[in-house]
Order: sequence, then structure tokens, then C-alpha cells
Amino acid sequence: MKDAGFIFGSYFVTLGAILVFAFVTLRRAKESSQSVDEKDKTWL
Amino acid sequence: MSQVLQRTSATGTRATKVIGALAILVMVWVVVSGLILTPQDVVQGESVRIMYVHVPSAWIAYLAFIFTAVASASWLISKKHSMGFDRFAGASAEVGVMFMAITLITGSLWGRLTWGEFWQWDPRLTTTAFLFVTYVGYLAVRRLEGSAEQRARRSAVVAMLAVLEIPLVHFSVVLWRSLHQGATVLNPNGDVKMDDLMLFTLFSGVVAFTLVFVWLVLHRQRTMLLVDIANRQGLDAAIAARKTEGSVR
Repeated sequence: MKDAGFIFGSYFVTLGAILVFAFVTLRRAKESSQSVDEKDKTWL
Repeated sequence: MSQVLQRTSATGTRATKVIGALAILVMVWVVVSGLILTPQDVVQGESVRIMYVHVPSAWIAYLAFIFTAVASASWLISKKHSMGFDRFAGASAEVGVMFMAITLITGSLWGRLTWGEFWQWDPRLTTTAFLFVTYVGYLAVRRLEGSAEQRARRSAVVAMLAVLEIPLVHFSVVLWRSLHQGATVLNPNGDVKMDDLMLFTLFSGVVAFTLVFVWLVLHRQRTMLLVDIANRQGLDAAIAARKTEGSVR
């Protein structure tokens, strides 16, 4: 495929950004949840 | 069940798991179809493959910023000033900024292939960059010192003003002479001149990114709630300690 570097690069950036955002969000959630009571986690 | 979910993710539920699984499935289809199955464009050639991630990311960023404005307006209007609106606005803006960054980067890669340059000070590109910077500013305003109420009020006002830029970005290709192509799908005539599989892949991208948006916002706003509760507990503990200190004297 011509110009493969740019095309694969755009998919890599897209998926990479989403995965990093998801990972950071889940890690922050885990850290923050340790000091919060179960009854305050209304979604559970 | 709730204990099992908590072990795997502090903010996850059965619904987020289903949404996450669907997002992965549709995203895999978009990557396979966008990179392998769809034909190359008559004019753009292979570079059209970038459009399957570039266009949906731009649309979802717009959507995220509109949701931020609606939630902010709801916070301002509602009598109770529910902090849930504020958290949703903040979470939506964060995810929107991420999608806007993806739009700018993938757009500049496409521009390098099509125009021979990563960046041009073209009306669409300039207004998009301005929109991105505005929402980075919005996120900075959310981190200013002050109570949760102050944060919500300040950021709600900024969000209501910032959303006015979206029509400017969208119609910049019509209002000014622009290198950027006009709307292919959302054109005013309504006649979409695209191959069926290309159009289906583009809309699959919109579905995949929408699912990702919902998943991320749900987790992010729940994380914000956890942080707000932890901060409130910390403040309550500090006040109680101070009162005890005062009564001892």
C-alpha cells in the first residue's frame, strides 16, 4: 500500500490515544475508590 | 455480582462491559474494512483510508462539546444545581478534547499526503485548532482553586461560550475560501456520492467512536464522583479535627 506509514500511523494514533485514555481513567478510578465507602458507589 | 465487578474495575457495571465489548467489535470491523476491504478513492487514492477515523473523531468531538454545553446549561438552570450535570460536562469535555486531538493529528497526516504539508493556516484547520485550545482552556478552568460549586459555575459559563465556536468550525469551509474539502456526507443537497462500503465503514466508525465515547464518559464521571467524595471526606475530617483541637483548648 502506497503511503502506508501515514495511513497506519493515523490508526495507531487513534487507537493508542483511546487505549491510553481508558487505561488512565480506570487506574484513577481504582485509586480513588479505595477511600470511598461502598454505599457511595451508586452505580454498583 | 457487584463485588466481582469492583474487583475488575471500580467504576464498571454490566452495562459498561457490554458497551466496551461492542465498541471493540465495531472498532475491529472499522480497522479491517478501512485498511483492507474498502477500495481506494478516485481522487484521494489510498489516503482516503484516514477518513474512516478522522471524520468520526471530529463528529464525536463536536457531539462531546455540545453535550458539555447542554449539561452546563442544565446545571445553571436547575434549582438543585446537581453536581451530576457538572461531572458529566467535565467528563464529556475531556473525551471531546481527546477526539479533537485525534482529529488534528490524523488530519495533518492526511494533509501531508494530499497537500504535501502537515499544516496550513486554512480556515477549517485554524478554527479547529482554536476550538481544541478553547476546550483545553475549559479543562484548565475546571482545575482552578475553589469549591465544587465555584468550579461548576465558572466552567459552565466557559462551556456555554465555547460551544458557539462549533458552527464556525463546521461552516468555515463555506464562509471562507478553504483548502479543506466541503462536507461529503452532511452536505446541504443531501446527495452522498460515495461507494456503499466506504459509506458503511464511515458510519461504522461513527458507531464505534460513539460507543467509546459513552464508555469513557461513564467511567470518567464516576471517577470524578469518587474524587469529589474523597475530597469531601477529607474536608469533613479536617473540620472535625479542628473542632476537637478547639474544644481541647
